[in-house]
Amino acid sequence: MLPRYGREPESSRTPLAFPGYRSTALRAPLRTPVDLPHRLTEVTGPVLGEDRVTAADADLTLRMGGEAQGQRIIVFGRVLDSDGRPVPHALVEVWQANAAGRYRHVVDNWPAPLDPHFDGLGRVVTDALGRYEFTTIKPGAYPWGNHHNAWRPAHIHFSLFGTAFTQRLVTQMYFPDDPLFGQDPIFNAIPPTARHRAISRFDLERTQDNWALAFQWDVVLRGADQTPFETDDDGDVA
Amino acid sequence: MSSPHLSPLVRGAREDNDRVPGTPRRGSGFLDEPFRLGTTPSATVGPYLAIGLTWPDGPHAVAEGTPGAIWLRGRVFDGNGDLVPDAMVETWQADPDGRFAHPDDPRGAVTVPGFRGFARSDTVDGGAYAVCTLKPGPVPDGAGGWQAPHVDVSVFARGLLDRLVTRIYFADEAEANAADPLLSALPDDDARRTLIAQPGEDGYVLDLHLQDCAAKGMVETVFLAV
Repeated sequence: MLPRYGREPESSRTPLAFPGYRSTALRAPLRTPVDLPHRLTEVTGPVLGEDRVTAADADLTLRMGGEAQGQRIIVFGRVLDSDGRPVPHALVEVWQANAAGRYRHVVDNWPAPLDPHFDGLGRVVTDALGRYEFTTIKPGAYPWGNHHNAWRPAHIHFSLFGTAFTQRLVTQMYFPDDPLFGQDPIFNAIPPTARHRAISRFDLERTQDNWALAFQWDVVLRGADQTPFETDDDGDVA
Repeated sequence: MSSPHLSPLVRGAREDNDRVPGTPRRGSGFLDEPFRLGTTPSATVGPYLAIGLTWPDGPHAVAEGTPGAIWLRGRVFDGNGDLVPDAMVETWQADPDGRFAHPDDPRGAVTVPGFRGFARSDTVDGGAYAVCTLKPGPVPDGAGGWQAPHVDVSVFARGLLDRLVTRIYFADEAEANAADPLLSALPDDDARRTLIAQPGEDGYVLDLHLQDCAAKGMVETVFLAV
């Protein structure tokens, strides 16, 4: 019997269209999507592991022969499914702006300095318990053209595969108590009941003396529905 | 006892309930519904996806030159009928025997060495995607029938707060397409047409339309809820 991946209730899922985020207007589809029952193509997915990463990919602070500018941080956590099971040996791709809030990308022309020793790209694979960890610098906030005086809160982009097509997730991790949350439509597109799931937690225990601050963030992918218990005549679980 | 402020763990629980087996008591840790963590909400991939998601071998589900290799090509359009040059298209599919390069495929490993089943292509090149792959075989539908050869597709872009999912079918599989459970469930041929790739110079071609654009005669692609 194939697993079936439960769908998050609509009340805690990010909607495709959000009027405050202007770019959704011409891009978010307007028709209701058609249900695709989960069959073999959906319950399988690409197996992408250690062969896609090197040890250096987990440290974004050492690139191009030198050290990146900024506040050094450790970002760590677990990748779980919604049944609480770890997702082991799964590829996690991250990308981010530098300490000044500038991306190393041809269309980012905000006049903040590029850092010659920061490219903003990291890749890690979760261990047998679903844990991941990388070292980076805290990204800066940056302005964008969505509305007058619009600023993105500091964030790190995450891309995860899990083990099935249904689990694919691209999202953004935020930092605690960011004063820019209130005016950011990308953050506020997340329903209020689920916003806390996008915010990392400062972890004093995992900071490193004289070296780095630490933020913990667990990512939860959709889980496979467990097979319902079958009961025998006495009502006991078989 | 039931109140919107109580966690689901104590909903319906009674503090004095230590008599009725199989019913909850406050503080007992009794779960009255299956344990479930809330999933992490999705967010847009943003305009800088190329930093994090570019692989040198990204567009290649198989190496070029593999016998039977084809290109799946197309363009991505928005609701103005303009090209979307900052999207990413990912594909996942069975091999020519209908098997998946995945440990949970009960029928065993794929028969083509080096076949990854997965490819990704950005649309920086004028809004066009292109992936090099093998044409998939038919896949069992889990109910004794068959699904026509198909490719599962994810679309990510600035302005999309979640991924879009759709499928690519093949125009030269008319008989299999007619029996396919998803295609048959669609309301009409206009909808089916948005999922069926036409033969092209070096493979197949299917454009993706994020929205209708009546002025240019474009019909929104059928997107799928998985």
